[in-house]
Amino acid sequence: MKKLAMIQHQLRFDLLIFRRNPAGTFFTVVLPLIFLVIFTSIFGNNTLDNGAKVATLYVPGILTLAIVSATAVNAAITMTARRERGVLKRVRGTPVPPWIFVLSQALAGFVIAMVMTVIITLVGRILYGVELQLETLPSLLISLLLGAMGFSAIGLALTTVIASEDAAPAVTNAIFLPLYFVSGVFIPDSEVPDWVGTAGNLFPVSHLNQALQESFDPFAEGAAWPLNHWLVIAAWGVVGAVITLKTFRWTPNR
Amino acid sequence: MTTAISVRNLTMHYGDFVAVDGIDLEVKEGEILAFLGSNGAGKTTTIEILEGFRSRTSGEVEVLGHDPETAPLSWREDIGIVLQESEPVPELTAGESVRMQAAYYSNPRDPAETLALVGLTDSADQRTRKLSGGQKRRLDLAMALVGNPSLVFLDEPTTGFDPSARREAWGMIEALRDLGKTVLLTTHYMDEAEHLADRIVVIGSGRIVARGTADELAAQVNAQTRISWRPAAEDPRPPGHLGTRIDGQGRGVIDTADALVSLHQLTNWATELGVPLPELNVARPTLEDVYLELTSEERSP
Repeated sequence: MKKLAMIQHQLRFDLLIFRRNPAGTFFTVVLPLIFLVIFTSIFGNNTLDNGAKVATLYVPGILTLAIVSATAVNAAITMTARRERGVLKRVRGTPVPPWIFVLSQALAGFVIAMVMTVIITLVGRILYGVELQLETLPSLLISLLLGAMGFSAIGLALTTVIASEDAAPAVTNAIFLPLYFVSGVFIPDSEVPDWVGTAGNLFPVSHLNQALQESFDPFAEGAAWPLNHWLVIAAWGVVGAVITLKTFRWTPNR
Repeated sequence: MTTAISVRNLTMHYGDFVAVDGIDLEVKEGEILAFLGSNGAGKTTTIEILEGFRSRTSGEVEVLGHDPETAPLSWREDIGIVLQESEPVPELTAGESVRMQAAYYSNPRDPAETLALVGLTDSADQRTRKLSGGQKRRLDLAMALVGNPSLVFLDEPTTGFDPSARREAWGMIEALRDLGKTVLLTTHYMDEAEHLADRIVVIGSGRIVARGTADELAAQVNAQTRISWRPAAEDPRPPGHLGTRIDGQGRGVIDTADALVSLHQLTNWATELGVPLPELNVARPTLEDVYLELTSEERSP
């Protein structure tokens, strides 16, 4: 119970810190919304055969962008900065079990991902008539939770190879920007050569995107259980968690 | 009085480099002890071993009844740490930083009162990125004290400060004494150690080269007089019984307890051989001089 209160306490501060960080909020909150507006402006928002709006097809990719940014990118940049500034070393000098800080960072990513899902679907609904099927809601929640935890673990694992605070945005962008392009986030899978899609399929970004696509698919019936995609995300998450457990550093490099 | 810190024959090797070479240390409860040395002398390595951040090569270490390497997390309830280099979270205010830290402890001090203790009440609602260097250091101290520890580690608390900020920091460290805290501080300023500490331990190249109260160190120093001059290269060296050595600046130096006799012997010898003693000087070395010498002599191979 005391541990729970501690997680709550740290989560509250981690969310406050995120909210006040202009770079983080821009890339996680503002940029995905800009993309939603740009996509619908460029590619139009026609009505499909079954009455659904085309914008519905853009939403999963944009959500993927928001989730990866809120979790992997945010965790890698935030935790590298805290390590190099001695913030992590200071908390290691307190009686708090260190895993609380790691878990809180992952939970913050999950909360931000949830909020972004609500914002993006709401904006999509109000501006572009995007529909969210109630029956796929449980599946969407699982994708969010799994995605947030998995990608947070990947972000934390990345801090091991990031030497300095300045290098953090460069390294994360170098990794995730190309992945967005080969994972159907910006360009639909049907528009890219097969080998690009195959390459993208090796990495978890594509699978989060596909799992979310199933939840928003206007032609599908039923609850959507994208088990195979969840498995790939979970596997990457486990790899990230193991690397984090084995290599995470609490003290600055310098 | 009980012992807060006890260290016996502590060593720390990084590969071939010996950072700490057999240190013994005892800090009593309620005492302020200064660990004085130049950069690279082994101060931070030692204090980080005591704080439980580093494991040691060998030796016995006990801090508040526990070996820092194996102490349970609850051991940290009673320990406050000001690291040599640490930044606050820039997105939080000073007040929020202290409140965040307070919740990590079972019996914290009141955060507002702790801010007042370090004189940051007026800056409580300022984002930490806007604080000056001195204010950030005070926030470091507030965060180290908010858990209400009995033992406080201060690693170079005033390095890089201007003189007025240092005076201010000294005032705060003196306030720790009134709170009954045990304090181990590292510094490379002799005057800081002299001003703040009950006892001073001087470290050079990983070894303790002197220890005692400021008065005791001063007494050792004041008993000595230093005779010095600048010998030319071709000048003969004074006879061995005078105890002459050449210091780092190329000056001939005689440290002596009996200045009258030594000076007489030196000038006699010089007159007989017709050796001039340019820049002849007779002075009492300051504590600072002796400290610099103790630590630099140890450094040379």
